[in-house]
Amino acid sequence: MSDRSERYEVLLSGSGGQGIILAGVIVAEAGIAHDLKVVQTASYGPESRGGASHSEVILSGTDIDYPAVTKPDFVIALTQEAADKFAHLARPRGNVLLDTTWVEKLPQNIQANMASFPLTEEASNRFGKPLVANIIALGYFAEHNPLLGADELLQAIIRRVPSHYRELNEHAFAYGRELADQA
Amino acid sequence: MSGTKGRTLLLQGNEACAMGAIYAGCRFFGGYPITPSTEIAEHFARKLPTVGGVFIQMEDEIASISSIIGSSLAGVKAMTATSGPGFSLMQENLGLATVLETPIVIVNIMRSGASTGHPTGTGQGDLMQSRWGTHSDHPVVALAPATAQEMFDLTVKAFNIAEKLRVPVILLPEAVVGHIREAVYIPAEGEMEVIDRERPGSYENFLFFKRDTNGVAHPPDLGAGFRPHYTGLTHDESGFFTAVPDRVNAFTVGLNSKMELHREYLTDYCEETVEDADVLLISFGVTARACAHVTRDLRKRGVKAGCFRPRIVWPFPEERLNRIAQHAHTFIVPELNLGQMRLVVQRVVGPEKRVVGINRVDGAMLTLERMQKEVEEVLA
Amino acid sequence: MPTEPFVKKYLRQRVLPTIWCGGCGLGTVMRVIVEALDDLKIDQNNLVVVSGIGCSSRMAGYLDANTVHTTHGRALPVATGIKLAHPELEVVVIMGDGDGTAIGGNHLIHASRRNINLNVFLLNNGNYGMTSGQVSPMTPHEWHASTCPFGNLEHAFHLCDMVKSAGATYIARTTTFHYMQAVRLAKEVLEHKGFAFLEIYFQCPTYFGRFNEMTDAPAMLQWLKKNAVRYDPEKPRELEKGQFYVGKLWEDNTKDEYTDLYCKLCGRAQEMMQVAD
Ligand SMILES: Cc1ncc(C[n+]2csc(CCOP(=O)(O)OP(=O)(O)O)c2C)c(N)n1
Ligand code: SF4
Ligand SMILES: [Mg+2]
Repeated sequence: MSDRSERYEVLLSGSGGQGIILAGVIVAEAGIAHDLKVVQTASYGPESRGGASHSEVILSGTDIDYPAVTKPDFVIALTQEAADKFAHLARPRGNVLLDTTWVEKLPQNIQANMASFPLTEEASNRFGKPLVANIIALGYFAEHNPLLGADELLQAIIRRVPSHYRELNEHAFAYGRELADQA
Repeated sequence: MSGTKGRTLLLQGNEACAMGAIYAGCRFFGGYPITPSTEIAEHFARKLPTVGGVFIQMEDEIASISSIIGSSLAGVKAMTATSGPGFSLMQENLGLATVLETPIVIVNIMRSGASTGHPTGTGQGDLMQSRWGTHSDHPVVALAPATAQEMFDLTVKAFNIAEKLRVPVILLPEAVVGHIREAVYIPAEGEMEVIDRERPGSYENFLFFKRDTNGVAHPPDLGAGFRPHYTGLTHDESGFFTAVPDRVNAFTVGLNSKMELHREYLTDYCEETVEDADVLLISFGVTARACAHVTRDLRKRGVKAGCFRPRIVWPFPEERLNRIAQHAHTFIVPELNLGQMRLVVQRVVGPEKRVVGINRVDGAMLTLERMQKEVEEVLA
Repeated sequence: MPTEPFVKKYLRQRVLPTIWCGGCGLGTVMRVIVEALDDLKIDQNNLVVVSGIGCSSRMAGYLDANTVHTTHGRALPVATGIKLAHPELEVVVIMGDGDGTAIGGNHLIHASRRNINLNVFLLNNGNYGMTSGQVSPMTPHEWHASTCPFGNLEHAFHLCDMVKSAGATYIARTTTFHYMQAVRLAKEVLEHKGFAFLEIYFQCPTYFGRFNEMTDAPAMLQWLKKNAVRYDPEKPRELEKGQFYVGKLWEDNTKDEYTDLYCKLCGRAQEMMQVAD
C-alpha cells in the first residue's frame, strides 16, 4: 500500500475461545479513544465456535476506504494453524507474535520481527487463567505498535472485561509489556 | 461527525442498523433468523421491550413481512431483516406494502450465491431482485450502506423515506457491512431528522387514497376513526377495488409517479474527482470503498480517474451519472455479482461508451490487489 | 338480504351489492357476523377486519370497519402485527378454507400456538370458489372438484382438531344452516380472550355443489343439516361417514393470552434495565 503512515493493520488469530475477537475489539476501541479511524472484522459462524478464528483491525488517521487487512503490520498467532496461515503475511519490518504453547513449529522465512513466548502457559502459571493469553499479547502489542499507547489499551481492556477480573487483566497486560522489554 | 451530545461507539454494522431503526422510531420488529442478518433480530429482541416496542419471531419470512405491514397499518413504525432466501419469500408482500402505501423497512443483508448459496459469504447479487423481485410495475427505494456508520444513518434515512413517500424501503448491505465493526456516531435525540408520516385530520368523501400534489397518498392508520379499506387489488382513490380501465391505469401510474416526483429527494451518492475524469469507477456498498482507494492511486500516477457510489441504488441516480459520463470514456463497474449494476450503467451512459465489469462471486470481497490488477488490465 | 338496522350499520352501503353468486352462503355468514358484532355493541372504529384472498375474504370490503384485504393466506400474520402493535383493537380475521389451510396453513397453526387474541372465522365451502372450484385441503376424500374430476385422492384436515393441537383456546364449528347457533358461537368467539376459531361450513352451489350433485343452495343446506351432529362433551358419539360435529368443541381459559404476556415481558425488561442503570 502506498501510504503506510496512514494505515496500520493488525491481524489476530487463534482458535475459538481464545479471546481473539475480544482482543480485536479492544484494539479497535482503544483506537477510537485515540481519535483514529478503525475497522474491525472477524471470521464468524462455525469458526467462532471453536475452530480457527481471526480478527482484523485497521487503524488509520484518515478514513479507511478498503476495509480488509492487505499486508498486516502486526500479526498475533496463538495456534499452529494460525501461525502457518498468517505469520508469513506480515509486512517486512512488521511484527509477528507467536504463542509457543501451541506453536511448536516456528514458521520459516518470515521477514518481520518475530517474537515467541509460551503465552498460554505463562497465563496459566502466573495468573491461573490460560484465557488471559490474549491480554498478555496485547501488553506486548502495546510496546511494539506506533499508534496506541499502553494507557489507551489498558483503558480499553478495563472497559471490556468484567470488573471482578480487572486486576487480573491489569497484571496480565503488565506482564505482556515486560515480555516486550525482554525481547 | 462533531456531535456534542451524541456518542461514538464501536458497533457492528448490524447493531448500528438496529440502533438506527430505534432512533428513527421503529417500535416493531417481526423476523425469522437467517445468517448474516441475525444480530439485528437479536438486538431488537433485547432492546424493543425496554422501549415499549414489539419484537416477534414469526414462523417464516412471509409472516415476518406480513406482521410488519400489520404494525405499520396500525401506525407503528416497523421493520424486518433477512438475507436472500428470506428476501425471496418476502417479495409477495413487498408488493402488498407498495400498493397499500404502507411504510416499512426491509433489510436484506446480502450473502453470496443463488438459493441457499453461501450463507457466510458476502455478495451483491440481489441488486436486481430488490428492483424487480415482486411482480408488475412498482416503485422501489433501495439504499446500499458501505460503512457501519451508514448502517445507522441510512436506516434512519430509510424510515424517513418510507414515512414521507409511503413506500417500502429496502436496505441492501453486503454481509461484510453487516458484520464490520467501526466507530459509529449515535446522534443525540433530535440531532438527526426523523420524519413521521402525515396523518390528515380529515378526508374529503372518504377518498383515503387520493394523492396530494406530491403524488403521495396518506391513508389513515387503522383504529384512528376513519374506517378505511385497504386492499391489494387495484383500487381507486376510495381504496376500493376498481376494474375501470382509466382507474386501473391511474392506480399503477400514480404509484410509480412517486419515484419521478421525488427524484431529487431520492438521489443520494458519493463521488470523488469525477468532473474531469476519463475513467470512472462505479460501484456500491463496501465494494465501492475499494474503488475510492484505487481511484486515489490512479490519480497519483496521473490517470484522470474518478469514482461514483450511489447510496440510494434504486431509483438509480441516472441524471448525475449521465452528466459526469459526458467526459469519461471508460467505466469500470466492480461488483460482487456477474454484472448487475454494469447493465444499468451501460444503459445510462449509452452503448458507445466502454463499460467493463470487475466481478467476483466466490463469497469474498473484491481485494484491493485484484481490483488494482484488473483495473490495470482494463486501462492497458 | 333483509335490512335490519344492524345490517345497515355494519355494512358499507356504498359498495354493495356483493360480488357473490346467487344462493351463496357467504351472505348468511356475513349476517351472522354482523349480528354478533351488533349484539356485543362492538365499536366499529375500534374494529379491524383482516382477510386473505378468495370469495370469503371479500367480506372485509363490505364490513364498515377498519378493513384490510391482504394477500392469499396472509391474513393471520398481518392481523398478528396489527394486534401486537395495538392490543386494544378488536381484530377479526376472515379466511377461506384454501386461504387458511393451504397457502396459509402454516400461519394458522402458528397463530393458534401463540394464543394471540384474534377472532378467526374460517369460512369453509370445501373448495376454491374464487378460482372456480378447484380442490382444497378441505375437500372431502373422493369428492369432486375441477382439478380432481375423477375424485379427490387426498383427505381433508381434521381442522378443528388440528387447530386444537396447535394451541387455540376456543374452537367451534357451525354451518349456514344453523343460523342461531352460528350467531351464538360468533359472539363466544368475539368474547373469548385468546385465539378463538370458528369454522363455518357454507354452501357454494356454483362450484362445490355443482361438482358434487347438489345443484342448488337448498340442496346444499339440506346436506349440511343432515350431516351436522350437535357436539355434547358429556356424550361423545361415533360419527358416521360424512357427519361432522357442530357447536362449541373446545375452550381453555387457563392459558395466558399472547399480547398480555408480551406486555408483562416489557414490564420485566424495563425493570431489569432500571436495575442495571
Ligand atoms: C399467491 C396466490 N396464489 C393463487 C391465487 C389465486 N387464488 C385466489 S383465491 C384462491 C382460492 C380461494 O379459495 P378459498 O380460500 O377456499 O376461498 P373461497 O373463494 O372458496 O371463499 C386462489 C387459489 C392468489 N390470489 N394468490
Ligand atoms: S363461487 Fe361459490 S363461494 Fe364464491 S361466491 Fe360463488 S357460490 Fe359463493
Ligand atoms: Mg373455499
